[in-house]
Amino acid sequence: MATKTTYDFDMMLSNAREAYGEELYKMAKEGKDFVFTYSDNVAPSSSAGKLLKEFPERCFNFGIAEADQVGASAGLALSGCVVFSQVFGPFLPLRAADQIHTDIAYNDVNVRLIGTHSGVTAGGGPTHNDIADLALYRAIPHLTVVVPADANQCCKFVRKSMDFVGPMVIRIDRAGSPDVYAGDYELEIGKAIETLEGTDAYIISCGSNLYECLMASRALEKECGLSIGVLDMHTVKPLDADAVVRAAEKTGNIVTVEDHSINGGLGGAVAEVLCETGYRGKFKRIGMPDEFAVLGSVDAIYHHYGMDRDGISAVLKKMLGR
Amino acid sequence: MNEPKLTTIAELEDKCVDIRSNLLNFIYRIGMGHLGGELSIVEMAVALYYKYLNFDVMDPHKEGRDRFILSKGHCSETLYTIFSDQGAYTQDFMVEHFESLETYLFGMHSNRKRCPQIEVSAGSLGHGLPVSVGYALGARYRGENYRVICMIGDGEFDEGTNWEALMSGAHYRLNNLTCILDKNQLQMTGKTREIMNIDPVADKVRAFGWNVIEIEDGNNMAQVCAALDQLPERDCRTREKPTFIISNTVKGKGVSFMEGNHKWHGGGIGKEDLKIALADVAKMRKA
Repeated sequence: MATKTTYDFDMMLSNAREAYGEELYKMAKEGKDFVFTYSDNVAPSSSAGKLLKEFPERCFNFGIAEADQVGASAGLALSGCVVFSQVFGPFLPLRAADQIHTDIAYNDVNVRLIGTHSGVTAGGGPTHNDIADLALYRAIPHLTVVVPADANQCCKFVRKSMDFVGPMVIRIDRAGSPDVYAGDYELEIGKAIETLEGTDAYIISCGSNLYECLMASRALEKECGLSIGVLDMHTVKPLDADAVVRAAEKTGNIVTVEDHSINGGLGGAVAEVLCETGYRGKFKRIGMPDEFAVLGSVDAIYHHYGMDRDGISAVLKKMLGR
Repeated sequence: MNEPKLTTIAELEDKCVDIRSNLLNFIYRIGMGHLGGELSIVEMAVALYYKYLNFDVMDPHKEGRDRFILSKGHCSETLYTIFSDQGAYTQDFMVEHFESLETYLFGMHSNRKRCPQIEVSAGSLGHGLPVSVGYALGARYRGENYRVICMIGDGEFDEGTNWEALMSGAHYRLNNLTCILDKNQLQMTGKTREIMNIDPVADKVRAFGWNVIEIEDGNNMAQVCAALDQLPERDCRTREKPTFIISNTVKGKGVSFMEGNHKWHGGGIGKEDLKIALADVAKMRKA
């Protein structure tokens, strides 16, 4: 587990989807050599627009053809380029699954697939929900999968990935999410961050859901005096199994929270570790159940499925008999 | 660029006989292959590896080399046979390391991480051309003058990703990209035109913005060379149409009982069939 860091309860809203484009632009200005492939959904007016405008020779639009884009990204990487490839989240794993599997992972190339609008954050109903990607990615060898908790962490991953060898998926949500981390901190791929220590239970989460977990922890402390730890499992693959085991041994109560189907995602990965290490404590997954999401705003969907702070608190209270 | 290993049509034709014979023996020994398609591509593969490609099997990662991507990866035994003939491996070594649990250097579907002469791992169809588009874009971005040549099968051409790649290859005016369609008119279970008709393929590809060259007989070395002689110069700065070569071939070419018989798409070959096949192939030698 990485060093515990500070976090800020008076969060600023930031937008990883915008911030990462800005970071790519900064990196290009600094002389870092990479290329950018993208789908039609990357508007020139977005932050990536600056990259498109000032560095057009390294930016390649593939229209609405995700499979071709991902395959061509593999080819660009084979030619010696580091490739960032942005695809509208739900259509990355579902439309280009074979290309991710075969062209990117099997060829083992330096492509950073950036899936935006993750989970149910795109809105627009189940066709635009990205709730099966982690399950798919987890089953594909060579892939490293990271889910940044906020814009700043997303930028750290983007920068870090320049020197990373092998394929990587960076999964980010659509809209603004609160900053989780207030100060600078060490970010290591594959090492969870203990954002809160706990003695009664641990929540293991990733992505923008982490904020709601922190809020739930704070509420439970105030309301019932409970001490709920929160692990930022930003790297879903390879999973930091040691961090899971330590949290389990310390409290005997584990809850996972993710904006993904409860089948095969972060919760599934944690469950596998717990089972294989002989865990006898309590465990609950929070996420999308085995159904297509109800229609509604992101907040409404989160509330409906208990993925917000109230739902998370309710699960923990029940688990701890409060 | 490397000097061609063979230059005359007669030398190349003679080499095709060697490759066919060695390929048949190799498939007999390993017990599996895709002889129909592997035999149909022999003339094109020999022309490329012995004359047109700037590629050295003994120095397979050399900078500036031409990139040949066999999208129909199930036909990779033809390539292994050529690598062997050019000195990279003995046939005994290839048999020993074919789908061996320890090394897996050679497999029914080629793996670039295992066999260094393979540029892109293949197996699942419809992948080679999109990857080749990216490879050609990368060559241009990096200012490197090499050809990217992708070979696909006509059964494989059903896959929609090929058509997406035809669009992007033309859109980016990838003069350094060539796609070769091995049009042997058969796929696994029957005639391509009855399973999923791709014709009129030349018109379609031309309409997508590619320069089309058609080889009437893709198992005729003189015709194959005449087509490859038309490839554009190696210059990544040129932005013109990519090239699409339609090579009309015969599945199972050179073996009497395999020609035009889709049942020889995949599988091994028995001792008696091997004897007949080798005798048939020997008859192809002109010298």
